[in-house]
Amino acid sequence: MVEAEKRHTVTIEINGIRRTLEVESRKLLVHLIRDDLGLTGTHIGCDTSQCGACTVEIDGQATKSCTVLAVMADGASITTIEGVSPAGSPLDPVQTAFHEHHALQCGFCTPGMIMSVRQLLRAHPDPSEDDIRHGIAGNICRCTGYHNIVRAVESLVAKG
Amino acid sequence: MIPAPFDYVRAGSLAEAIDFLRRDPDGTKLVAGGHTLIPTLKLRLASPALLVDIRGVAEMKGILVGEDSISIGVLTTHAELLASHALHQVLPIFRQAANLIADPQVRNRGTIGGSLANADPAADWPAIVIALKAELEVASASGSRRVAANDFFVDIFSTALEPDEVLVAIHIPRPAADTRFSYRKIRHPASGYAVVGVAAGVRVNVGVAADVSIGVTGAAGHAFAGDVAAKFLAGKALSQGNIGEAARLQSAATECLSDRYASAEYRASLVRTEITRALLALAA
Repeated sequence: MVEAEKRHTVTIEINGIRRTLEVESRKLLVHLIRDDLGLTGTHIGCDTSQCGACTVEIDGQATKSCTVLAVMADGASITTIEGVSPAGSPLDPVQTAFHEHHALQCGFCTPGMIMSVRQLLRAHPDPSEDDIRHGIAGNICRCTGYHNIVRAVESLVAKG
Repeated sequence: MIPAPFDYVRAGSLAEAIDFLRRDPDGTKLVAGGHTLIPTLKLRLASPALLVDIRGVAEMKGILVGEDSISIGVLTTHAELLASHALHQVLPIFRQAANLIADPQVRNRGTIGGSLANADPAADWPAIVIALKAELEVASASGSRRVAANDFFVDIFSTALEPDEVLVAIHIPRPAADTRFSYRKIRHPASGYAVVGVAAGVRVNVGVAADVSIGVTGAAGHAFAGDVAAKFLAGKALSQGNIGEAARLQSAATECLSDRYASAEYRASLVRTEITRALLALAA
């Protein structure tokens, strides 16, 4: 067997800040984000890449961070929910729309939902209801509050 | 869930990837998107000693639409297949199928090569590369060879790849301009995988089917070509009656899987209806 538990140096840019950390090969990105960096806005729901609660942006692409090895994120630029609207700055328009349309109940899925909606709106600035539902298909809301989430996204489209 | 310990290296070239694999084929896994492998590691269904990250291997990247053939590097993600305008111009089935795979986040990471090499009996791409009569390029220390897509899938999670071989690219002969392809599936509501999926291609010449090709996934232990149906239809009109009979013959000739989600009988019925629907849509 190859020498196990080998550690690697990983440099990432997270929410605009460059960080260099030592990680074990098997460490998941979501654990790096939550446990090592203390950014607990990224949630762990199913831990099996179904629910999308752990969605972050890696180089601008929405990604389930429970299914990425931290070592494979070396060199990447990562945005978590904390980076969407840093403390003290106004909410992101997607967050405001969720707030105004009651698009969250327990809120557990919300950080992941926001990250997916941001990607959806970049790809489809004018999505239909079908596009919206297809775009958030990787995020599960166990309160089943999808209707208001769709309305929140639609409100952003209507505003242009 | 945390995987068992392993070591991790990056391969900078195809030769390097092959060399890492050759040293310990059983203890080594290649990783790119990781969207099947990482869940497998977390469940400890696999505990390789070494992961070789192949994302930096230039020879395995890119989509090339040529005069005679289309080549797709195995590292191409589902999202890239969905977005490729050049590919969409010649083979719109790629966008259509990519849109039916998993969800946006998974499509951003998962690769077509990973899907093919993993050979999940219910994966989508195997049916599509079979219907497109693709050749799969594999490489090892002793050189490279091409395997017909229909010969590549040999059993559940099992392919024609030797333990020291790497899947490199998919080569698709450029179909006649009037050949149309389509993919459809009955989607498992939880996993998104195909309970049964059918990719079909048809070229009609003076009212009769000149070229028919069919790839079926989800039904049996591995994806396969629906040659029984294709042979029946060759030279015949694509009428509702002929299509229905072709689908019935294919269903009767298929030994289907049975599991807690769908009995063999139900899958056989889906083979018939999905082939019928796929061909009727192309005949319209």
